[in-house]
Amino acid sequence: MKIHEYQGKDILRDYGVAVPDGKACFSVDEAVAAAESLGGEKWVVKAQIHAGGRGKGGGVKLADSLDEVRAHANEILGMTLVTHQTGPEGREVKRLLVEQGAPIKDELYVGLVVDRSTQRVTVMASSEGGTEIETVAEETPELIHKVSVDPKTGLTEVEAEGLANKIGIPDELVGEAGKLMRALYQAYWDKDASLAEINPLIVTEDGRVMALDAKLNFDESAMYRHPELEELRDLDEEDVDEIEASKFGLNYISLDGTIGCLVNGAGLAMATMDIIKLYGASPANFLDVGGGATTEQVTEAFKIMLKNSNLKAILVNIFGGIMRCDVIAEGLVNAAREVDLSVPLVVRLEGTNVEKGRQILADSGISVISATTMADAAEKVAAAAAGV
Amino acid sequence: MSILVNKDSRVVTQGITGKTGMFHTHHSIEYANGKQCYVAGVTPKKGGQVVEGVPVYDTVAEAKAETGCNVSVIYVPPPFAAAAIDEAVEAGIEVVICITEGIPVKDMILTRDRMQGSSTILVGPNCPGVITPEELKIGIMPGYIHQQGRVGVVSRSGTLTYEVVDQLSKLGLGQSTCVGTGGDPVNGLKHLDVMKMFNDDPDTDGVVMCGEIGGTDEEACAEWIADNMTKPVVGFIAGVTAPPGKRMGHAGAIIAGGKGTADEKIAALEAAGVSVTRNPSDMGKLMQQALQK
Repeated sequence: MKIHEYQGKDILRDYGVAVPDGKACFSVDEAVAAAESLGGEKWVVKAQIHAGGRGKGGGVKLADSLDEVRAHANEILGMTLVTHQTGPEGREVKRLLVEQGAPIKDELYVGLVVDRSTQRVTVMASSEGGTEIETVAEETPELIHKVSVDPKTGLTEVEAEGLANKIGIPDELVGEAGKLMRALYQAYWDKDASLAEINPLIVTEDGRVMALDAKLNFDESAMYRHPELEELRDLDEEDVDEIEASKFGLNYISLDGTIGCLVNGAGLAMATMDIIKLYGASPANFLDVGGGATTEQVTEAFKIMLKNSNLKAILVNIFGGIMRCDVIAEGLVNAAREVDLSVPLVVRLEGTNVEKGRQILADSGISVISATTMADAAEKVAAAAAGV
Repeated sequence: MSILVNKDSRVVTQGITGKTGMFHTHHSIEYANGKQCYVAGVTPKKGGQVVEGVPVYDTVAEAKAETGCNVSVIYVPPPFAAAAIDEAVEAGIEVVICITEGIPVKDMILTRDRMQGSSTILVGPNCPGVITPEELKIGIMPGYIHQQGRVGVVSRSGTLTYEVVDQLSKLGLGQSTCVGTGGDPVNGLKHLDVMKMFNDDPDTDGVVMCGEIGGTDEEACAEWIADNMTKPVVGFIAGVTAPPGKRMGHAGAIIAGGKGTADEKIAALEAAGVSVTRNPSDMGKLMQQALQK
């Protein structure tokens, strides 16, 4: 789960990470009032969307007066911000963060992720802040320093200060930077985060160390023990169809092709997308109905797929295991009757009671193109989509 | 022979009184030597019951003392599943197979840390289980699609594994053991560990490995294969068409920071001499060809 920068900074502030004073705003007037109450002479107006690259896209602006705050807020609020992470359609900005401007002397980087090979949290730090860490990793990997954290001890003072030293924090600020990193680690650990990135971490002209940005993602599997994070979810930032699907236990991800796919199991669902591509068409979505695939789930899955105006055909690929193919076939028939199937439907069933399942489809009177293997199904659905 | 489990295994089901645990224990007992292999169940505070003809104990340690169980399968709900693994490890169970999906990553980091220095082997979590055909089924896979034979199967996914097995069986290629390593980022056995076991197993002639986007398990396995594997390996990597930054169903199936793409994995496997197909319908056929060489 993703949250906004201002929400991430609120969490970090609670843990003792130094962040600029700021306020979340939903209107231009609020933004001006926020700047006024924050005081100072410089402010930053930042678009709040769940995507990186906001600065380059024109979503982050410096203001030297309250009039400039107003002008920037006016411009950014409601704009469609396009960054390398939003895709070409961009994202409408509905929230702003207004902050006191900080006198930046140096921009650094610190990030936390779970390293799958060590099975621990890794803290990464670099002197190269303000740019994409992927670029740094590619071009100058020697400038990224890492610590693999023992979960029993957490990030120790020695480790944190060691990192601070290596990324060029001035000696007199190493203690403060170390404290900040340890607080960041503690927030990450306590809140079941899956990613934390401070880019940039700054050293200011007046000798402070501060998190100028904050990106926090959380482990969906741990949400049951974090109702306080669940409240931060911004549905405006999530795909409507993906939210709708999740209500029915469907794992759905929109893609930009024309073949809707409905599959049981994540691995098989990916393999189905791949084979569609191999046969010259492209998938409109990833959809894993899980082990069950009830009539209700299949009906909802069809409804969600059919909302897509690019859709030219649907491929259902089910490997019946414990769940029998005849039960799934009945679900498919009922679902197909309930929704208006406006595109060709190719069904490939395999596994338990497959003959019975195929018979049910054949007898149903609904228009189904039946397929045997995955390759057969992919070939047929590509042809159907092409109108052959 | 086989790897990990066989007809001499003595299995305890953790979470046996739950709906899922009961259902799958029932089907596993019905399969091959299941009746003699499933010796105990565990659910805290439910000791003394009998479920599916199997005595239930309060703790794994008790179950082990009474029945000599040496393999555990876990169907405990996510909030309690990591603790269930810990309990099995502490009791000295040799192989722990965790089916549960949705365990918080932090819980698994702590559990894996506690497992350091232990000789217990963990399979999963979030996996279909392990089956040695015609001997013993431990997990949620449909037993009847399997055939006894000499091909090893290792995969991170469930239904995709069934797809491979089905293709193999229809070609008359039975399986020695099929292992699902699971779709989570922090887990027990990796492709590499299972590959080594298959290489050492005199009754396995070749291996089909299915991978998917996310992490570098497949790359690590490829590196080892290049220098050590004495048997043919056939590979398939799911997710060539998966977009970066999106979790594809499995918690671990995500291309993050440009890493963990299917193309990288395919290249690593091919460089290691693995026959990789981009067509998931051809996995069985490719294994057949590899064995004939």
